Amino acid sequence: MKLKIKDLTFSYPGHTILDGITVEIEPSEFFGIIGPNGTGKTTLIKCIDTILKPHGGCVMLDGMEVRDLDKRELAKRIGYVPQHAPGGFPATVFDTILMGRRPYIGWRVTEKDLERVLETVELLGIEELSLRPFGELSGGERQKVLVARALCQDPEVLLLDEPTSNLDIKHQLEVMKIIQTITRKRGILAIMAIHDLNLASRYADRVAMMHGGKIAAVGTPEDVLTVENIRSVYGVEVAVRNDGGKPYILPIRPVEV
Amino acid sequence: MSPETLPKKEAVKEEYRSFIRQRILFVLILLVITPLLVGYAATLGSADISVKAAYDAILHKFFPDRFNPAPTEKLDSGTIVTILWTLRLPRIVLGILAGIGLALAGAVMQAILKNPLASPYTLGIASAASFGASLAIILGVGLVGGEHLIIANAFIFAMIAALLIYLLSIKRTSPETMVLAGIAIMYLFSAMTSSLQYVGEAEEVQEVVYWMFGSLGRADWQSSFPYGNIGIIAMVLLLTIPYLLLKSWDLNALGAGDETAKSLGVRVERIRITCMFIASFITASIIAFTGTIGFIGLVCPHITRMVIGSDHRFLLPGTCLTGAVLLLAADTVARTIVAPEILPVGIVTAFMGVPLFVYLLMRQRGGYW
Repeated sequence: MKLKIKDLTFSYPGHTILDGITVEIEPSEFFGIIGPNGTGKTTLIKCIDTILKPHGGCVMLDGMEVRDLDKRELAKRIGYVPQHAPGGFPATVFDTILMGRRPYIGWRVTEKDLERVLETVELLGIEELSLRPFGELSGGERQKVLVARALCQDPEVLLLDEPTSNLDIKHQLEVMKIIQTITRKRGILAIMAIHDLNLASRYADRVAMMHGGKIAAVGTPEDVLTVENIRSVYGVEVAVRNDGGKPYILPIRPVEV
Repeated sequence: MSPETLPKKEAVKEEYRSFIRQRILFVLILLVITPLLVGYAATLGSADISVKAAYDAILHKFFPDRFNPAPTEKLDSGTIVTILWTLRLPRIVLGILAGIGLALAGAVMQAILKNPLASPYTLGIASAASFGASLAIILGVGLVGGEHLIIANAFIFAMIAALLIYLLSIKRTSPETMVLAGIAIMYLFSAMTSSLQYVGEAEEVQEVVYWMFGSLGRADWQSSFPYGNIGIIAMVLLLTIPYLLLKSWDLNALGAGDETAKSLGVRVERIRITCMFIASFITASIIAFTGTIGFIGLVCPHITRMVIGSDHRFLLPGTCLTGAVLLLAADTVARTIVAPEILPVGIVTAFMGVPLFVYLLMRQRGGYW
């Protein structure tokens, strides 16, 4: 499973969000998307899953354009983990995760669907939560449930929109570790928009640094997370330390204009 | 798989299964209550008919050889059957069908708009129907003339309201736009109804007010197609309920947010518009005949959801039956409480439903409610 994004553009009236994004992502790669607020990370993720309709360019999944795929077929191949889950009518964690099987379910839930839910619950270690109301969970627990729901889709591509932004450090590490494990073990390609440069550096195989709707730099964390790149894209002076071969970013001060 | 995790997994599975069983049990209990309530409701009225005679008379129609109500001092067997089938059952059946339809429409509206206050009434469907009826009653005008002027007007204007909501939210079919458009439409039609009442004669205004209370008194099933208003409503329900049940998973997915629903393969805009029209259509077909029976559509989905949760596979059938039971019970009370006067059922639904609703609301341990 290979994902190719070519010349992708998206704009709201009078405001360009994505301006010709081109990138190729390899199978079982953990791909991080970093960049300041408002550079189009979330929009890019949504365009890949056709939640938003790009205005130009295309997203190819193994040579097929995603917009030509049947919606249900696409849902079997791409899983999406939103940044937040809106509060709605109460549902149990189990029912929330079971929803990930929707692309496979006609009306009846089969034994296989239940098995897949239970396996994912086990994988994420959230057995104790499974019959509690989703609305009563903490932020970290919710995020794990949302990851579980997407994994239940049996996707080949997993899209995650800043899954760690509201979590404490333990939950951050747990969620990142889970994603890393899944990409390695199941050959899933994961694309994650992420704010924390050090988490991106530590877990992602490659990162793309976005700036103003374009990709400013793409490559391994060592190549991308440099003092110069961060200064020009974020406007921040940093020191980059070497932490076991991975760059570790220490913010110093905003660049004076 | 380690030996420790196996029982844990099995325990979760077993617990989930027992959840499902509870939900099915709730639906089954309501399925039992409904015919019991029918039997009781059928004994009420000026002629004295026992519960057994009532069931016999009902079953007589299907198995004339096996069931025959025992004649009483005043009534012979045939009269009992006639009283039941021409006077009492139509009203009971209309109550059940209207309860099913209104509650279902409410549950669907709440699901697609993700709003606990949504019902066909909040969206102006009912006030548009009231305006159509007022137009017929006070000015005697309508889009289709003839003896069914009030019915046709109420139905047509209700569907016009649905169309307006659609047109107002065509660019962005977000739930918020639709709810606000619906509320605007509700105020518009209420104001227009008030203007009509302002110019109307006293008796006409009274008739309008009575129409807006809602009543099951106009129930009828003729012998020929389309079998009166009961036949029409039954057909509408038979056509729409299977579709809505099939879309249970889509309604569940909508609850997780539009973006998630899209990523799960749901055509969010399409399902929202289709379901909005279907819910409006069901409501319009019912209230055109009964007048605006409020409350059922708003509260039955909540009552059901509090008991069995928000999985629409169970919520939709459960809500239908809650609506049927609540409306039939309300009408039974309406017929007995100040007998021989019959109160409009629309008044009683709220008096009966509110205590139940508030009780369940207070029992909730927080969370959504």
